[in-house]
Amino acid sequence: MAKISFHAITKQYPGTSRPAVDAVSFDVAEGSTCMLVGTSGSGKTTLLRMVNRLIEPTSGEIVIDGKNVLQENPIALRRRIGYVIQQVGLFPHLTIAENVRVTAEIAGGWTKQRLDKRVDELLELVGLPPAEYRKRFPRQLSGGQQQRVGLARALATDPAIMLMDEPFGALDAITRERMQNELLRIQRDVQKTILFVSHDIQEAFKLGEQIAVLDQGKLIQLGTPVDLLAQPANDFVRKLVGGDSILRQLEYLPVIDALEQDTVASARGGDVPTFLSDATLLQAMLKLLETNAPALAVQDKDTQQQLGFITLASINREITHAHGHKTERTETAI
Amino acid sequence: MNALLDFIADPHNNFMGQSITYLRICAISIMLAIVIGVVLAVAVSRSPVLSFIAVNLSGLLRAIPVIAFLVAVVPFLGIGAPPATVALVILGIPPILLNTYTGIRGIDPATIDAAKGMGMTYWQILTRIQAPLILPIVAAGVRTSAVQIVATATLAAITGAGGYGAYIFDGFNTFNKTAILAGAIPVAVLALIIEVAMGWLERALTPIGIRREAVQSQMVVKQGEVAKA
Repeated sequence: MAKISFHAITKQYPGTSRPAVDAVSFDVAEGSTCMLVGTSGSGKTTLLRMVNRLIEPTSGEIVIDGKNVLQENPIALRRRIGYVIQQVGLFPHLTIAENVRVTAEIAGGWTKQRLDKRVDELLELVGLPPAEYRKRFPRQLSGGQQQRVGLARALATDPAIMLMDEPFGALDAITRERMQNELLRIQRDVQKTILFVSHDIQEAFKLGEQIAVLDQGKLIQLGTPVDLLAQPANDFVRKLVGGDSILRQLEYLPVIDALEQDTVASARGGDVPTFLSDATLLQAMLKLLETNAPALAVQDKDTQQQLGFITLASINREITHAHGHKTERTETAI
Repeated sequence: MNALLDFIADPHNNFMGQSITYLRICAISIMLAIVIGVVLAVAVSRSPVLSFIAVNLSGLLRAIPVIAFLVAVVPFLGIGAPPATVALVILGIPPILLNTYTGIRGIDPATIDAAKGMGMTYWQILTRIQAPLILPIVAAGVRTSAVQIVATATLAAITGAGGYGAYIFDGFNTFNKTAILAGAIPVAVLALIIEVAMGWLERALTPIGIRREAVQSQMVVKQGEVAKA
């Protein structure tokens, strides 16, 4: 378990007019997944690579578990951080088993038996049956399979932190989605602190508990997917997260945003379908259309306490409210 | 043919001694060329500018005719084996340097990035990743160098280093065809042996994972199994 804190971290390459990463400060909580999103050149990869010191910051601090990484031996630091990249970078002359175990081998302190067992465990974890894949070579695997090996290799020493630089960016849409689901499944078991660079906002919404939006090296906004949708910090964030898309909003905004207390349904008392408070507006809307009920009762997901009602009208109000917000802002801009 | 065998058997001609001299000069030159070529390539591989200079300068030196070089360096290095060895080393370095450098540059940068990212030291990257991947390419360079060195080392006789070249030059001077053949045939045989042996070594040094045919044949086996199942 490990918490990562960025304190005014800055990287300026010599001969450039503006920093690639500009005084970025934020925290990534233990065991959570933080997505770094932004257009290319936003500094997200640079920021990621400063954590394991593949790039040295110009100024600022990165603190992991209260220790400044800049005061650590970079080799030792990298050995306790998992690293996964888009191009995978498997070693072509080594078998799949050797590729997975090499991380643990160089870190040291593993007996041969433990290594063998660990390799099989990891291949199993990433969905590659060890008996079939152990002795194969990287070029005999598809892109998706190679990235599974890349993931297994990064997990070999059971690091508390994982750095992932667009790991699924080069995969086709179907494989990418499958890998995202796998990562979510694995993350439920292993609970790593993950810093994940992505240029795919859909992916960021799916995998991230926190999303850090970067633009031209600056941290524009840090928040949950819902935060970014409901209160985008500026037009850039709104465009990036697709805040204009009604479907996207329905998909992520929670039902409690569109609650109302006095409805026809409330007068009839409890005679309507019940929904839990962590459902999304889309789920509620589909339920309303499906059952033809005038309203849904919303209960708190923990206490079962009735919180209010939701109707098609209240959903509509919430969505138009978000859009009205946008029009207002655009006018101010003009 | 009999005349040739008689020439070789004649103790006056000291065929065994000349052979040893020749092999020693070749072996020392090849070793030095490998060490200098590989170390230089590894040292300059991180800097494109230095690499450019090293590759071109070594190529330029190689363009100097060995025979001219030999005569030119005698005043500084004296006679005997040293000037011949230096000339042969200079001749042997460029193919090894160029191949080693090309091999290092040819490794996918993502492979090195991944190796660094997992915490490999410079030495671990060099020995565990770069060396196995470039060894077959380096061996191909060594093969070119070795064949050239073996074929050129006859010129060592000019500075009095001896070897098969001594028979050839003596043969020229005395119009003795047998002596010329006694020098030329072993050189040709030696060059052929090295060519074949190094070709075999090159293959043996290629890791299975990057051998095209091996990987494919394994695939075929795999598919066969699937078909059976």
